[in-house]
Amino acid sequence: MSLSDFLSQASSKWLRDEGPESDIVISSRVRIARNLVGHVFPMIATESDKQAVLDEVERAVKQPQVEQLGRFELLKMGSLSPVEQAVLVEKHLVSPTLLESSGSAVILRDDEEMGVMVNEEDHLRLQCLLPGYQLDAAYGLAERLDDALEETLNYSFDETRGYLTACPTNVGTGMRASVMVHLPALVLTGSIQRILSAVTHVGLVVRGIYGEGTDALGNLFQISNQITLGQSEQEILSNLHGVAKQIIDHERVARQHLLLQNKDPIEDRVCRSFGILAYARQIDSKEAMQRISDVRLGIDLGIIKGVSANILKELMVATQPGFLQTYYEHEMTPGERDVKRASMIRERLRMDQV
Amino acid sequence: MLCEQCGERPATVHYTEIVQGNKNEFHMCEVCASQKGQAAYQALAGAFSVNQLLSGLLHFDSTVAPRSDAPAPRCEHCGLTFAQFVKIGQFGCEHCYETFTEQLGPLLKRVQSSDHHTGKIPKRRGGAMTLRRELNQLRKELQVSVMEERFEEAAQLRDRIRGLEQHLHVEKQQEE
Ligand SMILES: [Zn+2]
Ligand SMILES: [Zn+2]
Ligand SMILES: [Zn+2]
Repeated sequence: MSLSDFLSQASSKWLRDEGPESDIVISSRVRIARNLVGHVFPMIATESDKQAVLDEVERAVKQPQVEQLGRFELLKMGSLSPVEQAVLVEKHLVSPTLLESSGSAVILRDDEEMGVMVNEEDHLRLQCLLPGYQLDAAYGLAERLDDALEETLNYSFDETRGYLTACPTNVGTGMRASVMVHLPALVLTGSIQRILSAVTHVGLVVRGIYGEGTDALGNLFQISNQITLGQSEQEILSNLHGVAKQIIDHERVARQHLLLQNKDPIEDRVCRSFGILAYARQIDSKEAMQRISDVRLGIDLGIIKGVSANILKELMVATQPGFLQTYYEHEMTPGERDVKRASMIRERLRMDQV
Repeated sequence: MLCEQCGERPATVHYTEIVQGNKNEFHMCEVCASQKGQAAYQALAGAFSVNQLLSGLLHFDSTVAPRSDAPAPRCEHCGLTFAQFVKIGQFGCEHCYETFTEQLGPLLKRVQSSDHHTGKIPKRRGGAMTLRRELNQLRKELQVSVMEERFEEAAQLRDRIRGLEQHLHVEKQQEE
């Protein structure tokens, strides 16, 4: 199979499509935790408890209200190979925690924009994941799915505490909304640290997607709400909007600043990284992420032409171990992966040079 | 023994703190202990991520709560003890929220913006709750309009409140 066929078949809609503000915002995600009345939480549940929850959720998904939202498929984690499980995590469709929990499953809509993790930390974790900056749309979808499921499921809910969750850090709305952003210029200009510490004062967190804090691999960060109780969903979303907008603006200003004040070093950095990606014969994932981030910045600044901007999103996922082993159809040692990773990146770059 | 902080209430919380090799023993009432907890948290807050934050808080509380003279509760539905909750950072079932409500209150105030849910209410099962929330909102508006002497508006609000109260009464009868 060619790489382009593989990428279009194996990737989710959020990976293929562009969205608003996609020069900086990679994706928008809303996760909602829900639990069912009359069942203990997954952490202390027996296998039969978990099966009972899974049966209830499966029945709910077959109701017309849910079927109206699209075609859903159930994948039991226990029946997938380790590589198949890894691919789901790499596509951000399930959390690593779901893999650790026995009797767990994910119910995915065919475009993979919408899904429900079952028996993770909570009985249900609804998720909507859209390309670019579409927080409100993602919440809208999640809410429709939530309402459709609630038609037949009895959620644990308390008038004062809200939706009851296994961990009290999620109680109330049970909602975590987040945007994934690419902030190379804020990292290069050193202003990221200030921003990271500033957002914690308004009930939000910024984390590196890969790696921690300012050492975030590929300059990819996730901004999300920390508070779930005492603010309504709309308040949480508008807080996040306010902060995300400011960070996006700061990143744009920093990019222009780089181009005006540091043109030569920036062009050199971007083009070197492009050269390495185009010719390297082995590359580890840390270096790959950094070089891909540089190239994407180069595309956004108009330094590199003829390479599609989507390359960052595609390669950050496709160069992960699960994807690599699926594409090359065999298990690999880390050393072997470095060789194949370099080869996949070269092939991906050739795809654009027609 | 009286609380060594305020000297008024009996000391029910006893714990030891070791800072740079120096051991300090504290004997305090619940009120002063929770205030001390607050201060310790604020000094450390900057360094924590969310999950570390929670387990850090819980572990701090663990030095306070289990050694208090009152017996620590155990959830009769799932069997979880407070000590287990502190260790794992997760509840065992929905009823744990009632069982540990006393211990949870101060914790929620620290990790959350308040201890009261103001967001979504389930559409199908939350009818009466939605009405109650609307009713509370209208009663607040009524108070304001009376205070500001906007009597026409107040009369309208009163009618809407009466209507909702009747509606709520019907819902209640249906629930029973
Ligand atoms: Zn948790
Ligand atoms: Zn005292
Ligand atoms: Zn319990």
